[in-house]
Amino acid sequence: MKFAVGQPVRRVEDTRLITGKGKFTDDLKLPNTAHGIFVRSPYAHANISSINFEEALKMPGVVDIYTGEKLKSEGLKHMSVIDFLQNKDGSPMNASKRPILATGKVRHVGDPVVFVVAESMNQALDASELIEIDYDELPCVIDTGKALNSDSPLLFDEFGTNSAVDWEAGSEKEWSDVEEKAHHISKVDLVNNRIVVNPIEPRSATSDFNKDDDRFTVYVESQGSHAMRERLAGSIGVEEKNVKVVTNDVGGGFGLKMMCFPEYIATMFASRALNRPVKWTSTRSEAFLSDSQGRDHVTEASIAMDKEGNFLGVKVDTVAAVGAYLSQYGIFIPTLAGAGMHVGVYKIPVLYNTVNVVYTNTVPVDAYRGAGRPEASYVIERLVDKAADDLGMDPLQLRIKNFVQTEDIGKHEGAILPLDSCDFQKTTEMSIVNSSYDGFAKRKENSKLDNKLKGIGISYYIERTQGEGAENSRVVVSGEGSVKVFAGTQSTGQGHETAWTQILVEKLGVNPEDVSVHFGNSDDLPGGGGTGGSKSLYMAAGAINDASNIMLKKGIEIAANELEASVDDVEYTTDSGPLFQVKGTNRNIDLYSVARLAEGQSNTQILDGESVYEHKDPTFPNGCHICELSIDKETGRIEIDNYSATDDFGKIINPLLVAGQVHGGIVQGLGQAMGEHALYEEETGQLINGSFMDYHMPRADEFPEFDLDFNQDAECTTNTLGAKGCGEAGTVASTTAYVNAIYDALSEYDFNELDMPITPMKIWKIINGIN
Amino acid sequence: MALVEIEVNGKNMSSEVEERQLLVHFLRDDLNLTGTHVGCDTSQCGACVIHLNGNAVKSCSMLTVQANNASITTIEGLADGDKLHPVQEAFRENHGLQCGFCTPGMIMAAVDIIKRKPNLNEKIVREELEGNLCRCTGYQNIVKSILAAANKV
Ligand code: FES
Ligand code: FES
Repeated sequence: MKFAVGQPVRRVEDTRLITGKGKFTDDLKLPNTAHGIFVRSPYAHANISSINFEEALKMPGVVDIYTGEKLKSEGLKHMSVIDFLQNKDGSPMNASKRPILATGKVRHVGDPVVFVVAESMNQALDASELIEIDYDELPCVIDTGKALNSDSPLLFDEFGTNSAVDWEAGSEKEWSDVEEKAHHISKVDLVNNRIVVNPIEPRSATSDFNKDDDRFTVYVESQGSHAMRERLAGSIGVEEKNVKVVTNDVGGGFGLKMMCFPEYIATMFASRALNRPVKWTSTRSEAFLSDSQGRDHVTEASIAMDKEGNFLGVKVDTVAAVGAYLSQYGIFIPTLAGAGMHVGVYKIPVLYNTVNVVYTNTVPVDAYRGAGRPEASYVIERLVDKAADDLGMDPLQLRIKNFVQTEDIGKHEGAILPLDSCDFQKTTEMSIVNSSYDGFAKRKENSKLDNKLKGIGISYYIERTQGEGAENSRVVVSGEGSVKVFAGTQSTGQGHETAWTQILVEKLGVNPEDVSVHFGNSDDLPGGGGTGGSKSLYMAAGAINDASNIMLKKGIEIAANELEASVDDVEYTTDSGPLFQVKGTNRNIDLYSVARLAEGQSNTQILDGESVYEHKDPTFPNGCHICELSIDKETGRIEIDNYSATDDFGKIINPLLVAGQVHGGIVQGLGQAMGEHALYEEETGQLINGSFMDYHMPRADEFPEFDLDFNQDAECTTNTLGAKGCGEAGTVASTTAYVNAIYDALSEYDFNELDMPITPMKIWKIINGIN
Repeated sequence: MALVEIEVNGKNMSSEVEERQLLVHFLRDDLNLTGTHVGCDTSQCGACVIHLNGNAVKSCSMLTVQANNASITTIEGLADGDKLHPVQEAFRENHGLQCGFCTPGMIMAAVDIIKRKPNLNEKIVREELEGNLCRCTGYQNIVKSILAAANKV
């Protein structure tokens, strides 16, 4: 079958994207659109003493100017976010209220203060230059590790602390028991550096309020139009039925585009007030100051072992920055998103984890590809390497010794992850071959001749995809000979149109050319789970399968009537085209003819099926990534010689798309290890590297060709496809593989923790004994 | 305002433009050629690459008035009618794009690289992509696409 599941079919979305016909949010031009721009705080922490925009209002083309006070007086409250966590003593968390535009106080550089709307973008910019805002600057706190110090300034006086939540999971008592009986405890102090998400497409929104039906249409990037609808409605203060979200092509998501931002609400407010479309598009400079950022953890972790090197328990204490305000999932990412993942792929009975999530005068932090799980994987995979070093054991053997084995599945003892399937041993064996691990010693020896320090690093990562939830789909067959699939998921580059077509072609036996996939319009389906947490494939597949079955059931009734057979005797077959057939005969009628019949019937009208697919279990993509690199002793320059990724994603639907996800994921993870870092000046809270000129975006010439392989033996048992999901895996894996390789290369030198990003300068200092 | 005469994708046009207007905004806003993208404001990302008199340039880094009397090709004008340019074809064949936002700039840059560098190899392609950022693909399939196209052109 052409286009079936498992084939590396070429993408159906590409034709429009390679010819310039993609439709991104900023491409939209509704008639009579007004353009908005934001005046943002230049200070990290300050009281606003006055705002004067009289002169600006008189500038040509200016339509109106809004401040936080104005929005407040018109009943706007604050952004709708997740804030249901409790402190470990049972008291409620300190949930900040993020305003649409700042009132009273600004809390980070880039905090939006005034919204200027004009006929054109340039007119809005010209006018904004005449706005006078007086600030009384306050001392700020930038460093995550210092947020809880008693002498640090408070972002929210009403809380009396910068802690948003002081959270724990697991039992402290169990850990102290383990600590007591352990033969050895290894420790690491880690900083998981702050990342700027930087999809190449900047954010943009056009809001269009329609007075007659009292309804907003918001054209905005998202990772699911329904979740965006919920947040937009909640933040502007209307019911969901009064908001329609349209998401067209999205130029990269990585978690960021899941979030609802104050700028979107400001365009909605202005559109309603002015009764015309209002558009805002971020510049890159603005994106650095307003897109939610990722990671930013400071962690102390310990692993306890017995004499033989069997792991007994892990303790992880983290301080995680949430930035100046809670963002949408800001509180969830460092706590629940990664909870329990610190045991990795190992049989570790005890895990005790504390997280203090803190406010700092920085851009809010939220999900970034992997969201909580790369941070956890970094902790355990660094710990294991440290333990191997302390015990004088080979890091690979120490891992193998402690792996959860296939026969352990279902036992779910202690803190061990509740896996449905695994094959860590075989994946590792494949990886050893793929990376020529055994020949490394020889290669290292040879590299000494070139004055190089060679290192090899292993990362056996595991990820937990988002399990629990629901996804919607609708399948509509038209008598004209086409099938439309609607899904609640949202592609931000993954190729959903192609993959969902493959799933439908396999199910219905129709021609791929006759299938079209639709998502992004919240009116098309009553709800949708959206894309995030690497779950789209198995969720959409489940929903499309269910919707198809409902459609087929309808079809069988119509076909039975037409073929003068009983419903029980009619089946759907794809053996020789998409046909309803009387069992055991060659009496049949094809799918599209049945659709035409349905269209003629007043009680059916169309041949369609709609479903809500519910799913409980997460999946556990995992794999062994091995990175080999060389350091130039003279300069500290690092070169990746070889990067080998062997992944277990269960069954693979389209190997081409999966490889693409892994390549991109690896580079994002390596970017963090090699150079990406949102660097704030401590005194002033200014983002020092707020442009592509200064921020280390990974570029093509920093990487070798990655070598990929897949172990498809351990299919996932909790979904019909057998697939585990692959969207975030590369990012979870690669950061640690790189860092472990650096530590290996520098093993002859004496130094304390070396934090990411690992720059040639840091290495050069170590080599030359400079602190 | 200033009057400019520019040939865009084979068509001559004259327009009144603001002197301060960037060429990329002329293409996107005035001509509705939205295939050329804006990904930054510091001339780093390459999402805006077009051909000006046959050479790749970043259209965010020059004024429309500087393109007066020039001939411009954008991504919309690269294919020969329905027949894709070999570089477009290679990007599709080799999964050289994911979200597709960097892609028009990548393809326009790639056509120029192939023209300028007769003996391309992986290393040269990677170095030549210095001015084009992609956040999705990890570059591997972009490099592969360009090498595949180089063999065909
Ligand atoms: S928009 Fe031109 S280089 Fe980024
Ligand atoms: S494909 Fe998304 S930025 Fe390159």
